[in-house]
Amino acid sequence: MSYSTNQFKSGLKVMQDGDPCSIVEAEFVKPGKGQAFVRVKLRNLKNGRVLEKTFKSGESIEGADVVETDMQYLYSDGEYWHFMEPNTYAQHQADSTAMGDAVKWVKEEDTCAVTLYNGVPLQVSPPNFVTLKVTQSDPGVRGDTSSGGTKPATLETGATVKVPLFIQEGELLKIDTRTGSYVSRAKE
Amino acid sequence: MSQPSKGSPLWRPTADWSRLRLRARILRQIRGFFEARGVLEVETPLLAGATVTDPHLASLETRLGGPGGRRLFLQTSPEFAMKRLLAAGSGSIFQICKAFRNGEVGRFHNPEFTMLEWYRPGFELEQLMEEVDDLLQLVLGGPAARRRTLAQVAEEYGGFDPHGASAQCLRQRAVDLELSGLPDLPEDDRAGWRDLLVSHVVEPRLGQGSPDLIFDYPVDQAALAEVSSDSGAPVARRFEAYVDGVELANGYQELRDAAELRRRFESDLAERQERGLPSVPVDENLLAAMESGLPFCSGVSIGIDRLVLLAAGAEALEDVIAIPVDRV
Repeated sequence: MSYSTNQFKSGLKVMQDGDPCSIVEAEFVKPGKGQAFVRVKLRNLKNGRVLEKTFKSGESIEGADVVETDMQYLYSDGEYWHFMEPNTYAQHQADSTAMGDAVKWVKEEDTCAVTLYNGVPLQVSPPNFVTLKVTQSDPGVRGDTSSGGTKPATLETGATVKVPLFIQEGELLKIDTRTGSYVSRAKE
Repeated sequence: MSQPSKGSPLWRPTADWSRLRLRARILRQIRGFFEARGVLEVETPLLAGATVTDPHLASLETRLGGPGGRRLFLQTSPEFAMKRLLAAGSGSIFQICKAFRNGEVGRFHNPEFTMLEWYRPGFELEQLMEEVDDLLQLVLGGPAARRRTLAQVAEEYGGFDPHGASAQCLRQRAVDLELSGLPDLPEDDRAGWRDLLVSHVVEPRLGQGSPDLIFDYPVDQAALAEVSSDSGAPVARRFEAYVDGVELANGYQELRDAAELRRRFESDLAERQERGLPSVPVDENLLAAMESGLPFCSGVSIGIDRLVLLAAGAEALEDVIAIPVDRV
């Protein structure tokens, strides 16, 4: 599968310098007379870096075999994080690079968006909101405003978040994984 | 490369009413400008039996129904038809019409756009540049334009010679100027590397503070303009107008030699074949009109959508076109 420059749009997955990339933006540039160009910003899906590349208008580049699928997180063996496609039961293992920040938030049975490149997990996105138990947090001191009315709490995944002073060990919290912040108390 | 959505339902126009009223006012101003100067408004068909041969322009095609249905094109400009009127004795004429260029979509491009084109028999290129300057001052209310050659601005902003530099030298300039992500152009593609430098380095700096009228173009970009060697090395008698880095107008002192035009068409067709681009028929009616005699004249076209964009201080063409191509 290859794409001509006139099919370029943001989100299109293409190969550039041997790596899968996602098009961030594409701008058509044409001088008064002569050759037209398409100037593209691409995000390298392996390392997250944004690069620029200019193409001749009408040029074609290879598409990248990149798909995003919802998968259930099963377990970690310390080196890999194992996921399963719910419909096919096919299992995939993601390394710590693909996991990135997701390691701080996912627990078993959570559904994550897994980006597969040539069938291998490239990136794992946790759900926007997760519910996690507080495993450790010192009792809050009433009247202590030096910390803005918050204190640190360690969650069952090992992540630390700032929580209001009234939160106690053993409580369930709703966390926004995009900002890594406490939202509210949660029920089971 | 669709434009960012305006966030409104797709049936709605993308341009504000204030911009569309401004557009109507500018069209009235233009008609008043030409009426006062005795230039006749004409209309020619948008459908054409032949089209531009320039390998860098792609025409939209259609097919006429009925017996003996013909392959027709949507015009990329009214130039060929208007020159037939000139050869038939029209005198000074102008037209405001739609023109079409396939594949040109972006912030400053809509594949269907509105073009103002006019011709002035008896005018040297410099006289027409003066008239373009007058019109831009009337519509945009800005200062008079600066006039510089392409060689001057290429040297000043890019440190290269657009006429004489070798492909290798132009490519090296692109590297030295640290243009990011250079395109995969052949090393010997002199015109390609020059077009890259002109579009990425020179054009964005033109028309800042006052409009720029840039003249004397490389001969391989002569298109339908005369080539002159009056001031030394041959140059195409063309000019372009720029405002705020946006190309607004393209003018020629018109080529009148039909045999030379046929040679240029054939050279374009050979290049099309080389690049694997579709072949197009040559406009025999235009060639016949030129053989019968095109008066000495200069002609220019201005992109009306871009003119309104600049007058409105808008960001993109979709702000001044009621219904851009991604909503048709």
